[in-house]
Amino acid sequence: MIKCENLTKKFDETLAVDRLTLDIAEGEVFGFLGPNGAGKTTTVRMLTSLIGPTAGEATVMGYKIGQDDQEIRRNVGILTETPGLYDRLSAWRNLTIYAKLYEVEQVAAQVEKYLKMLGLWARRHDAAGTFSKGMRQKLAIARTLLHEPKIIFLDEPTAGLDPEAAKLVRDFIAELKGEGRTIFICTHNLDEADRLCDRVAVFKTRLRVVNTPKALRKQLYGRQVVFHLAEAAEPFGAIAATFPFLKRTQTVENKLVLAMDEPERHNPEIIRHLVQSGANIQFVGELRHSLEDVYLQLVKDES
Amino acid sequence: MEKVKTIVLKEWAEVFKNRMVLFTVAFLPLLFTAMPLITLVATANLEGDISGVDSPPDEFFGDLCIELSEFDCTQVYLLNIYTLMFMMLPVIIPASIASYSIVGEKTARSLEPILATPITVLELVTAKAIAAIIPAIVVTWIAFGAYVIGAWFMVTETIFGYLVAPMWLIAVFIVGPLLALMAVSAAIMISSRVSDPRVAEQLSAIVVLPLLMLIIGQSVGFILIDRRVIVLMGVVVAVLDAGLLYLSVRVFQRETILTRWK
Ligand SMILES: Nc1ncnc2c1ncn2[C@@H]1O[C@H](COP(=O)(O)OP(=O)(O)OP(=O)(O)O)[C@@H](O)[C@H]1O
Ligand SMILES: [Mg+2]
Repeated sequence: MIKCENLTKKFDETLAVDRLTLDIAEGEVFGFLGPNGAGKTTTVRMLTSLIGPTAGEATVMGYKIGQDDQEIRRNVGILTETPGLYDRLSAWRNLTIYAKLYEVEQVAAQVEKYLKMLGLWARRHDAAGTFSKGMRQKLAIARTLLHEPKIIFLDEPTAGLDPEAAKLVRDFIAELKGEGRTIFICTHNLDEADRLCDRVAVFKTRLRVVNTPKALRKQLYGRQVVFHLAEAAEPFGAIAATFPFLKRTQTVENKLVLAMDEPERHNPEIIRHLVQSGANIQFVGELRHSLEDVYLQLVKDES
Repeated sequence: MEKVKTIVLKEWAEVFKNRMVLFTVAFLPLLFTAMPLITLVATANLEGDISGVDSPPDEFFGDLCIELSEFDCTQVYLLNIYTLMFMMLPVIIPASIASYSIVGEKTARSLEPILATPITVLELVTAKAIAAIIPAIVVTWIAFGAYVIGAWFMVTETIFGYLVAPMWLIAVFIVGPLLALMAVSAAIMISSRVSDPRVAEQLSAIVVLPLLMLIIGQSVGFILIDRRVIVLMGVVVAVLDAGLLYLSVRVFQRETILTRWK
């Protein structure tokens, strides 16, 4: 659905996006992660035919950017970084304007559908300027969907929202995913990316890595099991180290952390051995790394 | 065309909720209509003793009103200045509407989502221009109509003839819209550079300067406005329009708006 090859954007002196190559499948939810100034918004603007690339090329739904721009604009939805609503106009009017600009056939019906879906129907006659930040964001999301785009670009959809509003927006995105749309999300919220996205890219001017959140975690840390003991773990570390399948052994106070590929197979044996050696095991669990750890590691490594 | 209409209606719904714009659109024309009428009422009482006052030398009027009495000629002369001032309306009103509309969109950051839709920039800039020019022209014509009707009751038929002379009709119905177009193009270019609508409004209203010079020139007797001057003015404004319009369409490109506008 979205393919780019060596997509590059330079602003005078600054290189904002450097030779980005991506291939995003239909129905995929793709997370685009990167620190401030990474070039996320610039990438989205290029892929939605708002600005032209300096070099490289991209196709969106088979349409080439810089060539079939009107077709691209007709077929994608974009939630811009700032909602950019007309504050003096009502929610209903805001959406109606966009429905017409997007050449929607059933203007009133579509406007009603999305106002209702996002819980804004009751406030449809109120000026957008009177809405809370969360409601404004929802109105902007409704605006993105009026023409039923197959591809949706969301530039930081939950930035600046309180946890409850953010969850509402997130749930809504999950719902859109269920409808088989292709969704490209720029975000700083790694937890969100972890939960919503099929694949994530870590990006900072250049593409650092692309993979599923799970694979990324594994790629970086392997799998780790933590054993909580009633006593200091130190002596047991040496005992455990004799197992050939262990990749790493680490002890912190009364915690023993072992890295291995198949904990399901090896854990029973390790536990038996530790107990025989006199360890009092209180808890055993898999150590889960958040995507945040992965992200911070990647962004740090390369800078 | 449907999209242009959508944007024009949106502009009106938005911009006329702005008090500054409403003031310009409603109050200025009232002022410009009332002033000449009040002057007419005031000077009407002078008629008796005009011969007593120091009347301006005949050379001052040139061939403005060869067959008129001294008093009538003074009235025609005053009305000419006021009608010339009327021509400021089609400059100030569109400059105000366009400045508030464009700078307003800039500060609300509403241009990016608009530009993401399949509207062409030409449609967008046309809609902005229409939204600013139509109210200006309608208001100018209504105000001019009121002024002419008011004057009908207060001046002699001969003087009235001067007021609706072809040169003023050309001025109001042809040069006026051309001036409005010039003000809008100027407002678009200036609005792309500044972030305060009032500054944009004032800077684009600089377009009235040549007009003011004409007014002052006429008042001090430096030039005499006649049909030639008005037609010349129309031609000059039309040429400037073409140039300014070209420049403003050039700053009104998606990429430029999103990456270069401050
Ligand atoms: N119009 C512009 N002119 C010059 N440089 C620009 C322009 N727009 C963006 N840049 C630069 O390009 C780089 C990428 O900016 P971009 O807005 O795409 O980052 P981002 O990943 O969206 O950041 P954020 O998380 O803060 O939104 C930055 O260094 C920025 O300064
Ligand atoms: Mg951004």
